[in-house]
Amino acid sequence: MTEASLIGLFVATVSFGALLYLAALGELLAEKAGVLNLGVEGMMAIGAVTAFIVGVEFKNPWAALLVAMLSGAILASVHGFFTVGLGAEQVVSGLSLTILGLGLAAYLGKDYVGLPPGAELVPVEWAGFSDLPWVGPIFFNQAPIVYLALLMGIAVSFVLSSTRLGLALRAAGESASSTDSAGHSVLGLRLSAVAAGGALAGASGAYLTLSITPQWAEGLTAGRGWIAVALVIFGAWRPGRVGIGALIFGGTLALKTRLQPFGVDFSPIILSMLPYVLTLAILLIISIQARKRPSPAPFGLGLPYRREER
Amino acid sequence: MALLAVLFAFGMLTACGSDDSSSSSSSEASSSSSEASSSSETEEADSGPETKAAFIMVAPIGDAGWNYAHDVGRQYAEEMTGVETAYVDAVPEGTADFGNYVRDFIDQGYNVIIGTSFGYMDDMLALADEYPDVVFEHVSGYKMNETNFGNTFGRMYEPRYLSGMVAGSATTSGLIGYVAAFPIPEVIRGINAFTLGVQAINPDAEVEVIWTSTWFDPAVEGDSAQALLDKGADVIAMHQDSTAAGEKAEAAGARWVSYNTDMSEFAPEAFLTAPVWNWGPRYVQIIEAAQAGTYAPSAYWGSMAEGIVDLAPIASDVDQGVVDQVMEAKAAIIAGDLHPFTGPINDQDGNEVLAAGEVMDDGAMLGMMFFVEGVIGSTG
Repeated sequence: MTEASLIGLFVATVSFGALLYLAALGELLAEKAGVLNLGVEGMMAIGAVTAFIVGVEFKNPWAALLVAMLSGAILASVHGFFTVGLGAEQVVSGLSLTILGLGLAAYLGKDYVGLPPGAELVPVEWAGFSDLPWVGPIFFNQAPIVYLALLMGIAVSFVLSSTRLGLALRAAGESASSTDSAGHSVLGLRLSAVAAGGALAGASGAYLTLSITPQWAEGLTAGRGWIAVALVIFGAWRPGRVGIGALIFGGTLALKTRLQPFGVDFSPIILSMLPYVLTLAILLIISIQARKRPSPAPFGLGLPYRREER
Repeated sequence: MALLAVLFAFGMLTACGSDDSSSSSSSEASSSSSEASSSSETEEADSGPETKAAFIMVAPIGDAGWNYAHDVGRQYAEEMTGVETAYVDAVPEGTADFGNYVRDFIDQGYNVIIGTSFGYMDDMLALADEYPDVVFEHVSGYKMNETNFGNTFGRMYEPRYLSGMVAGSATTSGLIGYVAAFPIPEVIRGINAFTLGVQAINPDAEVEVIWTSTWFDPAVEGDSAQALLDKGADVIAMHQDSTAAGEKAEAAGARWVSYNTDMSEFAPEAFLTAPVWNWGPRYVQIIEAAQAGTYAPSAYWGSMAEGIVDLAPIASDVDQGVVDQVMEAKAAIIAGDLHPFTGPINDQDGNEVLAAGEVMDDGAMLGMMFFVEGVIGSTG
C-alpha cells in the first residue's frame, strides 16, 4: 500500500461523501418538515441529465448546476403536490417519483448518451493549501460542488437549529396541528422543504455529470439516491451526524474497488451492502432506545395534515 | 406510526439495494427503460423487399460501446440489395417487451431476428420454435436449435493480445491497470490475452485487475481506474461499457486502451488503441443465408481472419517499430501462424498450464478461470 493509494482512497471518500451528503441533506430537510420523499434517486437522475444537457448546449457548468437544482425542485414539487397538497400516501408517491424521474431522465437524455461533456466543474486549487501533504489533495483540491455540500450542511444545520424558520419547519414535522394553530402555514413550510430538498438532490445528480463522470447514460445514478435515504436514518436526522455518515458511506463506496489494489481479498459485493447493513444496525439501536427516549424521527413524518382532522 | 412508515420505507430501500446488485449481473449495460424511450424505424410491410432483418438491443445505440457497434453492423447489412433492416433499442432483458417487439416485427414481415444481448437467449429459443420460418440469431449466447436458431460471438482475445502489445510498449512504470466487470471466462480470457500481448513487448510489465462487479456504473469504473493510477499504473485497459476509465486516464496524463469501439474522441490524448467489434460482415452472412434459404444454425465463434473482431487504429505517437511488430503479429494471427494462447503458459502462481509449443483448445479457452503469470489480482 503506497501513500498515493491511501491519499487516493481519502480523496474518493470525500468526493463520494459529498455526493451522498447533498442528496441526504435534501431528504433531511423534507423529512424534518414531515414529508418522506423516496424519490431521491429519480431527482438525482433528473439533476444529472439536465446538468449534462445544459452543459452540452450552453457550455456553462454553473448554468448547468442551476438548471439541475431547478429541475430537482420541480420534480420534488410533484411529490409535494400529491402528498402535501392532496394528502396522498407518501411512500407510494415517493416511489412513483423515483420511477418517473428515472424514466424521464432516460427520455430526455436519449440524444445525449455517449456525447463528450460540454462543461465540467473541475477541482479547484486553493493557493497555498492544495500543495500541503495529505490534507492538500484530500480537502483542498476537490470539485466546487464538494464545497457546496459543506456550505449547505452548515446552512441547513444553522437554519434548523437557530432560526425561526427552522423552528417552524421542525414544528411542521413534529406536530402539524400546533404549527397551524401558531399561525404558520403547514402547507407552505412542507412544500418549500420538499422543493429545497429536490434542489439539493438535483445538485447531487449534477455533481455526477459535471465532475465525477462527465457523461450521460441511463442508470448513471446506480442506486445512490437510496443510500442517501438510508443516510438520513443513519444520521438520526441531524445534519452533522448525516455528514459523518456520508463520509463513512462514501468510504465504503471508494473501498468497494480500492481494497483490491491494497491486496485485500474482500468481496466488493459485501461492501456494496455495507451502507444498508450499517443503517439497519442504527435502526435497531433507535428501536431499542425508543423505550427509554423518544425516537429521533420527526413525530409527524409520513403523516398528511388536514386541518379538519385536527 | 412515523417509525412504521420509515421502517416500510427502509424495507423498500433494501429491496431496491438487492435489486441493484442482481441487475448489474446481467449481460452488458442493461438498465430499465420504458417503451417510450425505444425507437424503431420501419417501413410499409407490403411493398418491402423479401428479406427483412430486425435487430433488438438492450441499451441505447448511442452508448458508444457494445450497442453502438451492433448498430454500425446493422447499417452495414442495410447496404445489401433486397434487404431492409430495422432496430429497436433499450429493450430490457427478462421482460415481456422482447417477445412483444419480436412478434410485432414478424407481423410486419421481418424474417430475420437478431438479438444482441445475452439475456435474450431463452426468449429467442422459445420464439424460434414458435416461428419456424423465421431465422433467429443470438449474439453472445450458447443455446441453439437444429433448424432456425443459432448463435454468434467473436474471438476477442485475438485483438486483445494485440492491444496488450501496444500497452506494453507505452508503459514506463511497468504497471498496467485493467478495470474489469465480472470474473467470468470471457473477461478473464481477455485479461490473459492482453497480458500475454503486454509481455511479448515488455516481459517485466505487470497487469493489475480491479473487479467492479458491474458492466455499467461510470462512477465506479472511473474510481477503479483512479485507484490503479494512484498505485502507479500509467496505462489503463478495460472490459466495461462506459468511457469513464478513459476520462480518468486522460486527466492523469496516462494512456488508455478502450473496448468495443474506437473511443478516441472521449480521451484523445490518452487513447492508444482498442480491440473492437465488427459485426457487419457476419450479419451479411446470416442475412444472405436466410435470403438463399440455406441458413443452418451454428455456434459461430468468429476470428480476426473472418473480420468480426479487429484492432482500432493505433495512436499516431506510438513508435513505428512497435506498430510494425503489432501489424506483423496481426498478420500472423490472421494467417493462423500465431495463437495468443501458445505455451509455455504459467498461471499466476508459476504452475505450468500449457507446455511449450502447445496451443490451447477452444474448450479450455471457453472455460478459462485462471490468471496467467504477470496478472495481479484474484479470479474471484
